[in-house]
Amino acid sequence: MSQYVSKRAKKVPLSGIGKFCELAAKMDDIISLAIGEPDFDTPWHIRDETIYAIKKNKTHYLESRGLLSLRKEICNYQRRRFNLEYGVENVLVTVGASEAVDLVFRTILDEGDEVIILEPCYVAYTPAIIMAGGVVKTIDLKAEEEFKLKREALINAVTPKTKAVLINYPSNPTGGIMTKEDYDELIDVIVDNDLLVITDEIYAELTYDVKHYSIAQDERVKDRVILISGFSKAYAMTGFRIGYIMAHSELITAMANIHEYTIMCPSSFVEYGALEALRRGDDDIEAMKLEFERRRNYVVGRLNEIGLKCHMPKGAFYVFFNITSSGLSSDDYAIKLITDYKVAVVPGNAFGKCGEGFVRISYASSMDELKEALNRIERMYNDTKECR
Amino acid sequence: MNDIKLLKAIENNARTSLKELSLMLNESEEDISKALYRLEEDKTICGFHTVINYDKTSVENVTALIEVGATPRRDTGYDSIAEEIYKFPEVSTMYLMSGKSEFIVIIRGKTMKEVSDFVSRKLAVIEGVNRTETYFVLKQYKVEGIVLEDEETEDNRLRVKL
Repeated sequence: MSQYVSKRAKKVPLSGIGKFCELAAKMDDIISLAIGEPDFDTPWHIRDETIYAIKKNKTHYLESRGLLSLRKEICNYQRRRFNLEYGVENVLVTVGASEAVDLVFRTILDEGDEVIILEPCYVAYTPAIIMAGGVVKTIDLKAEEEFKLKREALINAVTPKTKAVLINYPSNPTGGIMTKEDYDELIDVIVDNDLLVITDEIYAELTYDVKHYSIAQDERVKDRVILISGFSKAYAMTGFRIGYIMAHSELITAMANIHEYTIMCPSSFVEYGALEALRRGDDDIEAMKLEFERRRNYVVGRLNEIGLKCHMPKGAFYVFFNITSSGLSSDDYAIKLITDYKVAVVPGNAFGKCGEGFVRISYASSMDELKEALNRIERMYNDTKECR
Repeated sequence: MNDIKLLKAIENNARTSLKELSLMLNESEEDISKALYRLEEDKTICGFHTVINYDKTSVENVTALIEVGATPRRDTGYDSIAEEIYKFPEVSTMYLMSGKSEFIVIIRGKTMKEVSDFVSRKLAVIEGVNRTETYFVLKQYKVEGIVLEDEETEDNRLRVKL
C-alpha cells in the first residue's frame, strides 16, 4: 500500500534506532539509561487536582488557546522564574511541546524555506520541518565547544532562503546550555538576516550551576522569538501531554487558527492539573533539580574516573560522551553494552550524523541504578582495553 | 561546601559513602568528612537511623501517641517536665505543642500492657503532669516519609525514549 503514502511523508526519516529499541524491549533485567523522561512520580497534588477536575465535570471543550487562567498563570510563571514579560495574547496552550514544534513550522514555513537546526538534537524537529514543506539545514555542534551555537557556524549556515533557526537549550541530548554572553554574539546575525528564532526550552528548569537564560529576554530579538515550553520535564508530567508556545500575538493568532481546527483544545482536566503545577509546584521543581544535580555530578565524576572523558553538562538530565576510545561505533557500543552488560544507552547518531562516536546517558534513574550501571560501563571499558 | 546540599544528599539515605558524596557534590572527600564532623558536633545532624517495619518481624512492638496535659513549673516552665519525660528510653519522640495538650509523646514498647504501665507508673505521676490520653497505633501507613507497603514503585516508563 506504500504507493498511497505521500512523497512528503516518505521523506520523513525512519527512526535510526528501531532495532535497538526492539532489542531493549525484549531483554530482561536491563538497567535503562535510555529514557528521555524524569523517573520521579508526578507530584501528588498535581495528580489530585487533575482527578478533582474530572470529578467537578471539567470534561468539556475549553477555549482553544487554552484556559484563560492557565495562560495568565503561564505568564506569571515565566515572569517569576525567567524574567520574561508576556501577556495572555502571547500564549497558546498545546498538546505537549511536540504539538508546538509541529504547529510552529506549519505556521511559518512556505515550500522550500530553510530552517537551521543544531545537531546533535532531539529527533522531532526534522520531520516537522519536512512535513511543513521546509528544508533542513544542519549545523554540527562540537563537544569541545560544549555544544554551543557559535557565531561563525550560524553565519556560514544562513542563506537567503533561511527563515528560522531552531535552538534547544538546555539541550537533549547534549545537556549543553547557552548564556547571555553566548547569545549576544548571535543577535546581529539574527537581525541582519531577518531570522525567526524557535527556542525549545522544555528543559529550562533543569539548569545547573547558573540561572537559565532565554534568548527571549533580549528585547532586540524578542518579537522574532517563538518560545516553546511545557510541563513534562519540570514537573514529571510527560504523560499529561501539555505544553505551550509564547510569541508575538500575530504569530500566536496564526498558530491558534490552525490549532483550533486540528486540536480544538488540549484535554480540559489536564489543563487544570497544569494550573496546579504552576501555582504550587515551584518546590517540586527545586527538589527534583537538586536530585538531578547530584546524579549528574556522580555520573560525570564516575565517567571521568573510568577514563571516558566528558564535560560537566549544565542542563537537562543527559550526559553525551565520547566512546571512540572503545574502538566501536556508537551503534556497536550501545549493542554490546546492552547485550553483554545489560545497560541501555542511546547511540549518539540517533540525534544526527555528528553524534556518531558518542552515546547519551539519561540520569533520570535512581542513584542505586546509576551506580550499578556505571559499574557495568566500567567493566566494559576494562574488558575492551586489550582491543585498544 | 554547601551544607544544605550535603544535608539533602544524606537526608533520605544515610548510607551514602564519602566517595559517593564526593562525586555527587563535586567536593573532595576530605572537605565532606570535615563538614559532616562539624554538623554532627553542632547537632545539626542528630543521628542516623534505620526505618524498620517491625510488623514484618517476629519482634513484638506497640507504638502509642500520648497527649500529655501539664502545668508549667514556676522556675523552669515546661522544659524540666519535658526532661523528666524524655529521659525514659521508651520515649522515642517528644514535642511541646500548641492546642489542647502541652506535650505529644510517642512511645514504643513491646506490648500494650507495657505501654500502659509506663503511662500510669512513670508518666502520669510526674509532678506537673495532670492529664494523659493514650492512642495506640493500629497500623502504620507512612513513617518518616516512607510508605511502608508501597505498590506504586515499579517503573512503568518505556525503556527507550529519545
